Amino acid sequence: MIRVLRLICACPCHFGKRSRLLSQQSAALPGNPKICVVGSGPAGFYTAQQLLKGNSLVEVDIYEKLPVPFGLVRFGVAPDHPEVKNVINTFTQTANNERCRFLGNVKVGEDISIQELKEAYSTVVLAYGVDADRVLGIPGEDSQNVLSARRFVGWYNGLPKDSDLEVDLDTDNVVVLGHGNVALDVARVLLTPIDSLAKTDISQHALEVLSRSKVKRVTLVGRRGPLQVAFTIKELREMTKLPGCLSVLHKHNFHGLDTVSQGLPRPRKRLTDLMYKTCMAPTGSGPRQWELQFLLSPTEFISDTNNRVSAVKFAQNRLEGSDLETQRAVRTEETKEISCGLVLRSIGYRSIQIDDMLPFDTDRGVVPCDSTSRVVDSPGVYCSGWVGRGPTGVILTTMSDGFETGKVILRDLEEGVLRQDNIGGVDVIRKKLETKGVQVVTFTDWNKINKIEMSRGKSVGKPREKMVNIQDMLKAASS
Amino acid sequence: MAAPSLWGGTKIKKLCISCARFLLSTTRQITIGNRQNTGPYTTRNHGVNTHIRNFSRTSFLFNGEFEWQDPKSEEEVVNIVFIERDGKKTQVRGKIGDNAMYLAHRYGIELEGACEASLACSTCHVYVHEDFGSKIPDPVEEEDDMLDMAVFLKPNSRLGCQIILDKSLEGLELTLPQATRNFYVDGHVPQPH
Repeated sequence: MIRVLRLICACPCHFGKRSRLLSQQSAALPGNPKICVVGSGPAGFYTAQQLLKGNSLVEVDIYEKLPVPFGLVRFGVAPDHPEVKNVINTFTQTANNERCRFLGNVKVGEDISIQELKEAYSTVVLAYGVDADRVLGIPGEDSQNVLSARRFVGWYNGLPKDSDLEVDLDTDNVVVLGHGNVALDVARVLLTPIDSLAKTDISQHALEVLSRSKVKRVTLVGRRGPLQVAFTIKELREMTKLPGCLSVLHKHNFHGLDTVSQGLPRPRKRLTDLMYKTCMAPTGSGPRQWELQFLLSPTEFISDTNNRVSAVKFAQNRLEGSDLETQRAVRTEETKEISCGLVLRSIGYRSIQIDDMLPFDTDRGVVPCDSTSRVVDSPGVYCSGWVGRGPTGVILTTMSDGFETGKVILRDLEEGVLRQDNIGGVDVIRKKLETKGVQVVTFTDWNKINKIEMSRGKSVGKPREKMVNIQDMLKAASS
Repeated sequence: MAAPSLWGGTKIKKLCISCARFLLSTTRQITIGNRQNTGPYTTRNHGVNTHIRNFSRTSFLFNGEFEWQDPKSEEEVVNIVFIERDGKKTQVRGKIGDNAMYLAHRYGIELEGACEASLACSTCHVYVHEDFGSKIPDPVEEEDDMLDMAVFLKPNSRLGCQIILDKSLEGLELTLPQATRNFYVDGHVPQPH
């Protein structure tokens, strides 16, 4: 009976899979506006959602370099935050729209150029996010166990290129450089009891290493003060509630801040109040602890005879400027040293230039675009999300940006700024990819990978066990 | 019966039993071919999981499915108004127990719900009319934490997913906040094709 139903249902339900399978492979319709989105994370999917909703003819093709969709929702969101990943359901509905196609395993800038996409589509939307780190550029940064937090996140989240990262947790002390949410995420993963992590979709290789971890103390170091931290209150509150873990905040950093906080905007006030409260009445107890250190800029990584990091040297800073939230850090003569066996550098991300044809702001690490998301000097090319705006904000910020970018494109289509005739769309690109021997992964193929991952997870008591090898993904996709 | 347009203009001609039953139960609310009911919202609760569960446990309601049921009697009805970003007012006939965010989805109001009411985002941020502020239970700590991330936070800000209708909320007005960037300063609003 199920087989029969599967053949007939036109709804995007379990039984409608068969009809969607056809639409995933369908040819582009002549005359319709065709838009391609580069990147299938929140920025890409939210832009696509707006485009499909605002124009009943537009076709949207989402290109993704990996065989699997959802970008940072899959590879960035911490494994112990499954509720944040619920947004995948909304993205899946967008992908199941018959005017939307997912083309995974296609590297734009390598398999296909921006110029080729511009010729085949009315519009190219860059939504490929940020893929590189900011580095400090100080002596000893190449010491063993000085890692980028971005790669560490990729490692525990099963990002193929980071799954072989060498992480040595045979140390008591860890220093995390940065006071953002990524810094708190990595600290929390390092300090969460292993039994709790084992119930999440954390990758098996990371779980094994973490289960042998000797880490007892994680120190998060920022170059500015408590009023300039970039992390948000939910993540901070989680730290104060970690089982078996003491919060260490130093009173000299928070002296008088209870009064100062009264005049701050609500989010900054509540965040400061929570730090103040935790400082004055420390929460938690147990064998492990996390600590906040302020006003320190790293100047050198010191390593032992095996070239493994053993300490970080810092310069003490003071703050300058009248506006409390935007005060700048200025170095003083004073120095400080914190010993540790692992450093995670979480001082921000940069985007990358995937194609020489695109302009790139090397200082800011973004593709330069104006306030209306149009990429400078590149008619028909738009930016959405972090690739143009820089890596800040929560999913709401990226959602708003995706929606606004979508609206600008719809308006430009409406006003005839964008070409709509004589464009080949997906058919032209598919032919080119075929010639190059690129295996395109459709959304139906992704569903096969998804199913295998969920069933692998079920057998070990996790919601999902992610595939970490691209060849395995491609094999599952073509099964 | 004419083919209803459920999402993105797709004409439904054939449906499986569960979809048909679902559609029949909501036919009165789905305006046939109306653009208001296109888009990804209207089908969000009718995905894979709902289906599987419906076959085994018909009493189980998946997130948002309850809001798709009509009031069974006038006593249950709670009328509320959504004021959208462009100022458009939409009257909605809800019922006791409805979640304002899922109700908005049902009627095509542009209110997102990324984390599906699990207090992990602030995409369903709304302003509650001052007459009703005291009639809605105070936010829990997790809601306040998420509201801190909302754009254009005001004293009457709430998350739509935490507003559950009851009789005291008859006439409730919920206003959607402005988008973060205002491109259409010249008043131009793109019209769909």
